[in-house]
Amino acid sequence: MKITGAQALIRSLEMEQVETIFGLPGGCILPAYDPLLDSPIRHILVRHEQGAGHMAEGYAHVTGRPGVVLVTSGPAATNMVTPLMDAYMDSIPMVCITGQVPTTAIGTDAFQECDTVGITRSTTKHNELVMTAQDLPMAVRQAFHIATTGRPGPTLIDVPKDVLTNTMDWYWPSDEEVIDSLPGYRPTTKGHPRMIKEAAKLILSSERPVLYVGGGVLKARAAEALRELAELTGIHVVTTLMARGAFPDDHPLCLGMPGMHGNATAVTAMQRSDLLVALGARFDDRITGKIPNFAPDAKVIHVDIDPAEQGKVRKPDVPIVGDCKLVIEELIKAIKDLLQGGTVQADISAWKSRISGWQEQFPLHYEPSEPGEALKPQFCLEQLRDNAPEGTILVSGVGQHQMWSSQYWKFNEPYTWVNSGGLGTMGFCVPAAIGAKVGCPDRTVWAVDGDGCFQMTAQELVTASVERIPIKVAILNNSYLGMVRQWQEMFYDERYSEVYLSPEVPDFVKWAEAMGCVGIRVDSPEEVQPAIDKANSVDDRPVVVDFRVDAREKVFPMVPAGFSNDDLLLPGAQQANRGALK
Amino acid sequence: MSEIHHHILSVLVQNRPGVLARLSGLFARRGYNIFSLAVAPAEQDGFSRITIVVDLEVTSLEQIVKQLFKLVEVVKISELDPRSSVERELLLATIRATGDKRGQVVELVNIFEGKILAVGVEAITVSLDGHPDKLDDFVELLTEYGIVEMQRTGRVALPKLERLAKLDRKVG
Repeated sequence: MKITGAQALIRSLEMEQVETIFGLPGGCILPAYDPLLDSPIRHILVRHEQGAGHMAEGYAHVTGRPGVVLVTSGPAATNMVTPLMDAYMDSIPMVCITGQVPTTAIGTDAFQECDTVGITRSTTKHNELVMTAQDLPMAVRQAFHIATTGRPGPTLIDVPKDVLTNTMDWYWPSDEEVIDSLPGYRPTTKGHPRMIKEAAKLILSSERPVLYVGGGVLKARAAEALRELAELTGIHVVTTLMARGAFPDDHPLCLGMPGMHGNATAVTAMQRSDLLVALGARFDDRITGKIPNFAPDAKVIHVDIDPAEQGKVRKPDVPIVGDCKLVIEELIKAIKDLLQGGTVQADISAWKSRISGWQEQFPLHYEPSEPGEALKPQFCLEQLRDNAPEGTILVSGVGQHQMWSSQYWKFNEPYTWVNSGGLGTMGFCVPAAIGAKVGCPDRTVWAVDGDGCFQMTAQELVTASVERIPIKVAILNNSYLGMVRQWQEMFYDERYSEVYLSPEVPDFVKWAEAMGCVGIRVDSPEEVQPAIDKANSVDDRPVVVDFRVDAREKVFPMVPAGFSNDDLLLPGAQQANRGALK
Repeated sequence: MSEIHHHILSVLVQNRPGVLARLSGLFARRGYNIFSLAVAPAEQDGFSRITIVVDLEVTSLEQIVKQLFKLVEVVKISELDPRSSVERELLLATIRATGDKRGQVVELVNIFEGKILAVGVEAITVSLDGHPDKLDDFVELLTEYGIVEMQRTGRVALPKLERLAKLDRKVG
């Protein structure tokens, strides 16, 4: 049957079971928007293409299904560069379809032409310029296949306008045809049995082991398997910024987040360990601190689906390339076999009591405000957390509020935490929260943002209002680019350069109202609870709560950039006892 | 050219638009150095073979190979140790050769088993193919006479038959 390329594109997306597209039409992609009218796919019309990209990421984070973006050529494609890179860094499955000038005009500097595949080559897992309508179904299938298998990531299909208007004979390639068309793409999912056995032995013989859990565990949907492994061996777990929720924070074996702003116990347990079992983690510089000083006595078992992560930063003693879920399940079997065969696990009780000693001495800490003093951001987060309905999804932007969110929230369920980890994209929060709410409409979605971040993409609240996507935004507003301010205070002799925003403009309440949201301002601790109650009770439109918080508050603990994790800076009151972390 | 830090990768790729840009972009982005590069269609339809000589002063070969292998179009990578591979390169050069010098240049070309491709009043153009080391020697000797223009192709290589490549990754 002859249909147009545009019809083939939309039908292909339907065949891939796409339910929602985030996008914004324009000249070259126009033909694709016509058959969309007749499709059951929901299209969410954004106010800026970057918003569409982050929405797709938020959607993918919470559902595990690829987020889909449809935008036009030129400036729309360049506006997608940031979310594509963000998704690439955090291994988020996403498929972006961009319009392109007609094939006959490519290379002529036509109106709204840009070299989209050239520009996005290093910000996607794979991209493709489709030159004939006949190739569209295969290109779509390949894009979804590559985005969702192996180490997930964003893919992009660039579609010239005449490819959309030309006709083609509809066909839908089989799985086999897709795989045959990509002879160079064969992700390894099953771990090497000998390496798994080796790892099992090492785990049972280590006296100070730590499970170092990264975002790969969530991508592999391996939270249950991880819990079984931890409980079988009694080994403590640290969850990186990308893995918060992969292991429940209320579990006795959970140590929380390690790294630059990790808690002292998680950081130190890794430093003093004799075995790090890295599961879907990539030894990011924000975790390791100064690399030569990182976990100096630890052997490393590294489980990762991406072979290039093995040995990129730290040479593993036991490298295992494979899918975290499959490998952890095999690891559990191998450990059980060894235990049944008479192997006795090394005594880790002394290690566990050291860990609990650190936990007692070095809890997260901030000085609560005295009556009449400015509101503390950590207090706002604690109140948000304690009043959040069951199953609430927390989304954050990038900066101090992000670190406090990760520190003070209790993530007891996977896929309830969405943030921009690798790229650190300010402006991620509001659109990502919208995408998360679209993916999980029955859950409460709280977006904790900074006033700097919020101002980058706040216009998407118009999208949320019009499309009836009732997210809740908590701005921890200190009128500063807070994290930069913290670095200038600590490392630039309090010389504050270009970090002061403004306490007066914008008026966030008016701005929220102008965008169709409920706006609430909170200045004092007494107003916090009523504001949160009110926000939680609104379900027909977005809510923005402007928490005016103390600008002097800093994120602790902190490992200054380039320093060893042993040089962790603790909150003032704990510094005197730091010898106990040796 | 010091051989110590150089390694040859023979990369079989799907012959698709942009594949060379993808590969060279990866090298630029990750700070890997390409010493030379040669691309041509491979024995199988739809595939090309790219021979890259990489400079390993700053990066481990293992990382380069793994990152290259992440490119969807890369089907197979063979690491060719110079000691266990056959290598060839082609050189074209125009050399100043006036009067009495001409005889000397022609003699040199003959010794190296090169070919004279064109003869002008003051210069001649020659070609030479062979192991890149031989080309290096030839260039060194020609320099004395004055090289007007020169173009080398970059090396191509295949594993020696008696000793196959150390690292041979094939998928599918």
